[in-house]
Amino acid sequence: MQWYWLPDYLPRFLEGILVTLELLGLSIFFGMALAIPIGLVQVTGPWPLAWAARLFCTVIRGTPLLIQIWLIYYGLGSLFPSIPGIRETMIWPLLREAFPYAVVAFSLSVAGYEGEVMRGAFRGVPRGELEAARAMGMSPFTVLRRIWLPRALQNVFPTLAGEFILTLKSTPLAATITVYEVYGIGSIVRQETYRIYEPLLFVALIYLLLTFVMVIGFRLLERRMPRRTA
Amino acid sequence: MPDDALSPPAAITVEDLHKHFGNLHVLRGVGVTAQDGDVVSLIGSSGSGKSTFLRCINMLETPSSGRIFLGGEQLNLKPGREGLVPRDRHQLERFRARLGMVFQSFNLWQHMTVLQNVIEGPVQILRLPRAEARDRAEAHLARVGLWEKRDAYPAYLSGGQQQRVAIARALAMDPRVMLFDEPTSALDPELVGEVLKVIRELAEEGRTMLLVTHEMRFARDVSSKVLYLHQGQIEEEGPPEQVFGSPTSDRCRAFVASVH
Repeated sequence: MQWYWLPDYLPRFLEGILVTLELLGLSIFFGMALAIPIGLVQVTGPWPLAWAARLFCTVIRGTPLLIQIWLIYYGLGSLFPSIPGIRETMIWPLLREAFPYAVVAFSLSVAGYEGEVMRGAFRGVPRGELEAARAMGMSPFTVLRRIWLPRALQNVFPTLAGEFILTLKSTPLAATITVYEVYGIGSIVRQETYRIYEPLLFVALIYLLLTFVMVIGFRLLERRMPRRTA
Repeated sequence: MPDDALSPPAAITVEDLHKHFGNLHVLRGVGVTAQDGDVVSLIGSSGSGKSTFLRCINMLETPSSGRIFLGGEQLNLKPGREGLVPRDRHQLERFRARLGMVFQSFNLWQHMTVLQNVIEGPVQILRLPRAEARDRAEAHLARVGLWEKRDAYPAYLSGGQQQRVAIARALAMDPRVMLFDEPTSALDPELVGEVLKVIRELAEEGRTMLLVTHEMRFARDVSSKVLYLHQGQIEEEGPPEQVFGSPTSDRCRAFVASVH
């Protein structure tokens, strides 16, 4: 094995880690922002919204993420330039990059999977606790913000943590649309040095480390939560 | 409103409440009036509608018809698909804030500590400053004997302790009327006493309350008025000595005899 290339590429790997973490962080943020209402409307209705949310989750969970990424990048990405005048708008620089498409695709994926998790989470909060909040005079929004949502999130936190770690390990798919995250940098090394196994090993090691850090982080967070009832 | 302009309005008045569950007519015109300081107990066998009646007062259940007054103000209701619905959500929320409810199954919020449970309503609903809410919450917890447990999570408390916290949580809103929905029915027998003791103290200091209970001796001791419900109707109503001692209804006599 030969590692002579490593010092030269280390800075680029650090950039790659940053891109990976940005992609993951933004996707979790936007994905959960969608997953919460998607889970909620399936419990509260009204039925057309519940039905639409259900359909969305089924489609997202029923199709490969790679295909979703490509459809969004090559599909949406090729539609935008045909809109007249869009090249003069402020969002054009964003639409030209691959990264925003990756964020959209990963966010929708997180929304689909976690929307399903949140549906169960909302349903699992004991009715009586919501009743107690309502009986005290809380508005529906306050009930959601103070009782229903935190209680639901707490119940499924370990599940969500596991899903986020899975999402981390899907991020190499973004390299297929020229997002140079960790795996993308690894491919560059391979192309430029003709070394195949060492860059792959190194990439694997980085994901292992990132996973390790996430696991520790989630465990610390979980420890700060009240233990669940028996 | 059945009072003339001279007398002060009753703390709570419920008139002619009906409730249908599908084909079942579970409440057939039940009413109650409590003046400030009154303790009204609702007794009756299970299925008599007493819990449903209590839950209709703060609209946790949807009544089919009827009128509800709190301190002389009528709750604005309009017909909806499954019964009466509030015309003004904010008025209902204001009503509910003044009706402290204690449930059979405690219903403490499990993701909050005991103290957070008691602070939550005053901060979120009454908009009290956190420090003030905290001081008051600690005082309420002290009076139910659970100040030491303020930082514990509900899951670590016994049923009796959880119910006392639930009472403190209701008290923290400084309600005009307290509604107790079978507060000791979910408790192990040896834990019933500590909860009844707290409720008795509240009654003695003049708290207005409506109490659905199976504890007949307790109801007899603390109540100013007792209602006996049977199949969704008030079968007997009066001071406890009358309802328990010399009821006019045969059914009530049989019920009282059977549970004593």
